[in-house]
Amino acid sequence: MAVEVILPKVDMDMSTGTISVWHVKDGDTVKKGQALFDIETDKAAMEIESPGEGIIRIGNAPVKAIIPIGTVVAMIYAAGEEAKAFSGAAAPAAPVSAPVAAPVPANAEVAPSSSSGGVRATPLARRLARQQGISLAAVAGSGPRGRIVSADLANAKAAKSATAPTPLAIGMDGDAVRALYTPGSYSITPLDGMRRTIAQRLVQSKQTVPHFYLTATCVIDQLLAVRERLNGHAPKLADKTPAWKLSVNDFVIKALALALQRVSAANVTFTDEGILQHTVSDVGVAVSVDGGLFTPVIRAAETKSLSQISMEMKALAAKARARKLQPADYQGGTTAVSNLGMFGVEQFNAIINPPHATILAVGAGIEGFVPVNKLPVLKTQMKVTLSCDHRAVDGAVGAELLAAFKTLIEDPALMLV
Amino acid sequence: MYLIRRFEEMAEESYVRGLTHGTMHLSVGQEASAVGICMDLSNADYITSTHRGHGHCIGKGADVKFMFAEFFGKEEGYCAGRGGSMHIADPSTGNLGANGIVGGGLPLATGAALAIKQRKGKDVAVCFFGDGASNEGAFHESLNFAAVWKLPVIFVCENNQYGMSVSTERSMAVKDVATRAVAYSMPGVIVDGNSVADVNEAMMTAAERARNGEGPSLIECKTYRTKGHSRSDRNRYRSKEEIETWKAKDPIPMFETELEAHGVASRSEIEALQADVEKEIQAAFEFATAGTNPTPDSLLRGVTTTGDIELGAST
Amino acid sequence: MSEVRELSFSAAIQEALAQAMEADERVFLMGEDIGVYGGAFQVTGDLVHRFGEDRVRDTPIAELGGAGIAVGAAVAGARPVYEFQFSDFALLASEQIINQAAKMRFMLGGKVSVPVVFRMPCGSGTGAAAQHSQSLEAMFGHVPGLKVVEASTPEDAKGLLLAAIEDPDPVLVFEHKLLYKVKGHVPAEMYRTPIGKAVVRRPGKDATVVALGIMVSKSLEAAEILAGEGIDIEVIDLRSIRPIDTATIFESVKKTTRLACVYEGVKTLGIGAEISALVAESEAFDYLDAPILRLGGAESPIPYSPILEKAAVPQTDGIVAALRDLVKGRT
Repeated sequence: MAVEVILPKVDMDMSTGTISVWHVKDGDTVKKGQALFDIETDKAAMEIESPGEGIIRIGNAPVKAIIPIGTVVAMIYAAGEEAKAFSGAAAPAAPVSAPVAAPVPANAEVAPSSSSGGVRATPLARRLARQQGISLAAVAGSGPRGRIVSADLANAKAAKSATAPTPLAIGMDGDAVRALYTPGSYSITPLDGMRRTIAQRLVQSKQTVPHFYLTATCVIDQLLAVRERLNGHAPKLADKTPAWKLSVNDFVIKALALALQRVSAANVTFTDEGILQHTVSDVGVAVSVDGGLFTPVIRAAETKSLSQISMEMKALAAKARARKLQPADYQGGTTAVSNLGMFGVEQFNAIINPPHATILAVGAGIEGFVPVNKLPVLKTQMKVTLSCDHRAVDGAVGAELLAAFKTLIEDPALMLV
Repeated sequence: MYLIRRFEEMAEESYVRGLTHGTMHLSVGQEASAVGICMDLSNADYITSTHRGHGHCIGKGADVKFMFAEFFGKEEGYCAGRGGSMHIADPSTGNLGANGIVGGGLPLATGAALAIKQRKGKDVAVCFFGDGASNEGAFHESLNFAAVWKLPVIFVCENNQYGMSVSTERSMAVKDVATRAVAYSMPGVIVDGNSVADVNEAMMTAAERARNGEGPSLIECKTYRTKGHSRSDRNRYRSKEEIETWKAKDPIPMFETELEAHGVASRSEIEALQADVEKEIQAAFEFATAGTNPTPDSLLRGVTTTGDIELGAST
Repeated sequence: MSEVRELSFSAAIQEALAQAMEADERVFLMGEDIGVYGGAFQVTGDLVHRFGEDRVRDTPIAELGGAGIAVGAAVAGARPVYEFQFSDFALLASEQIINQAAKMRFMLGGKVSVPVVFRMPCGSGTGAAAQHSQSLEAMFGHVPGLKVVEASTPEDAKGLLLAAIEDPDPVLVFEHKLLYKVKGHVPAEMYRTPIGKAVVRRPGKDATVVALGIMVSKSLEAAEILAGEGIDIEVIDLRSIRPIDTATIFESVKKTTRLACVYEGVKTLGIGAEISALVAESEAFDYLDAPILRLGGAESPIPYSPILEKAAVPQTDGIVAALRDLVKGRT
């Protein structure tokens, strides 16, 4: 019966170890109790003895590689057994000069995997990983043969918290919430995928992105006039509908896209490894649908004409309402626009959608008297508020972006050059 | 007896038509011992029966329509379709059941007799068993117990000369089962199992002895089954002549002749009785055919009493 | 509150039998040498003098016949309690226990009940060797229609037996030989320990042990030793083999996330296999943080040599080592 040679746990807090030297070669005949290899620990090297007798076939376990404890590093085949080559022992992490007791890569992606095929884990560990959105592939197992137990998840999380912020604090318990209301005075709609995603991402945004807000008031009389003129010139299509019907928001999208080209320091995304500098302005646009909202992205909006932006928006909005948006339609983006002006909202602060560094909240156009040369003149004004991720966009940069936007929106002809 | 005979014939017909599941062990030719033993028993007296138990069941007072229903696996059957031919029973007439294990009923009947004695009753327990069962350990243990404790049990051996295919000559150390009674200090009598009067007389003696607290008895009824052991029996172990010889000693015509000879019943009365039986059998067959099939969700009914209480299915 | 009184396991059984016979004239005893001899393990003691030979019946040595008579008597309205001198001898009566008692109610469409009790000493440790030392709970527990119980304390010995005698169905009551002399608190009044209910003997949080019979006390010993190492073991006394109290087991496993079954019967195809499967099929599965452990009897008949006899069944130090590995994630 073939005997497994595992990398044993020799110290209490060990989850990985390194082999400092092999005393035998692949294919050697070994005796029970014979020294096979030395395992390097914090304290001192320890000789590991053979658990069996026969021909040893060594797996992928080179000296100095970091190997999770419990990994099978070799097999010993007794007399009469076929001593086939052993290919086990997972590809080890990059070798380091000093032995490490840390678990495998800490910035593992926070993406839940339901059946991480081939990963050994207890049912409890699997369930907790699923619930917490931890990928088992990124967790080092402390159990026999590298099995992940629930305690290993806690270790993996602890290691991660040093680098990236942990996701999602938990709010009030559902039962506690319902206890505050008279039974029968409310109905419950179960969470669908969209609502769940909104909840998860916006909590994440609020918790991890340091927001600050800059508000500016834009005079939009010129914009409104241009819009009317351009719409009036829209040729009729075969079905008698106009070729375009521009909205104020279409202008906003273009203006923001151009402003980001001019103030490229604001067209960025923060990551742990560094600030990503975008070259195109992909503008996400919040679209309200029944029960929630989507943010489809107009790619390279700075290169598109207003009519192109308008038609693309209509198509995306229709798709959004029909719940037919594909990931390619809404993933990524370098900024976003949210417009509540049609509801009469004057001003609001929007929540940034990661991975963007900014979002522009647009209010309603409101008529009012403003002083011009000390005389009151009736103008239509629109408040816009820029939310910025302070990790990537500082106050001055944000202010510059806002100013660039205001310039373009108040004098739309400037969007032509 | 005629009821038993026609019942068995009807049961066989149902079987060959594929209306019944499993097999059957018919007692055609053995009607006299069943009736002779049971005719003077009350519902408080117990019997246990063998796998060849349709006759005993009818003799002890069963209603043939519930018997047919049982063979067709219907809920209306005596065992709610759960037992079938080999486990046919009717506790309401004291019939603790046919038994699929040869020798299975011997300790059970002896135990019923013990219960009677414990409550100082005057009832008796009758154990029907065959010549083959008298070679089982349970036979010897039960007779010994019954004798040592003086239990009111009557052991009735229907010696039809064959176990399944092996004759008593080839399998039994003594010629007559009754010989074994002396080993257990109880009376052992041999009677013509095809004479209902002879059987009955022996039974009355044994019953009186038991009710008087004098203990057990063994009655050996010499008889014969003219049909095979079960439906799959090819009769390879006996000769046609042997079967014909015994057919000539059919208990029913023998008894009819006796009744007429002694002026107890006329031919027309006998024929009227036979016609009645035909009607009864026919009605029973129709009742069974129209019966209710059990549904799979009722599978766990009857496994334990407490389980039935939980299922709300307690009888 | 009943007075605190210490009785031995066998005295508690005797008390149950006496109280049952006093309360119900249908109850009577059958068995080999249970009369003036007092029973092979002195359980029936002087009951024959108190109740007479009609209610404490010495039988010939004929287990098949005797057990079958008990079954027949039960069907005919009596309440017999039949003692097998050793559980190994119950095998001679397998026909009547399994083919008749377990099945009569079902075969007769629910029209009869079989309220018979079979009591029998089981287990090893007395040097009685292979044919007098078996633990056959799982074998009989495999049969629908039967109920199978085994106490680990004198209090439960009395309570389970009284419940068994009152039960309308056939009940097999196993009594571990080495427990007969163990003393414990036994309430004086008639009470019943419900059949089908396990009990937590020692609450804990690091692992659940489900144990039967004498393995309960061994597991409790092991738990005390491990407590000194900071390992906290929850010990459940199974008490009922058929039916098994799954609710108590599942709740415990969900709490501790680790399970070990400790029993004397042969490990293969035994009680531990059933409990493991029940847990693996249940909601408790997603709470398991370690493989399920079975510590059961060896794949051999019970040997005569005391060294081998001990090696053939789980012992406290083996239980300690196995649980330590289990909790430390080494299994």
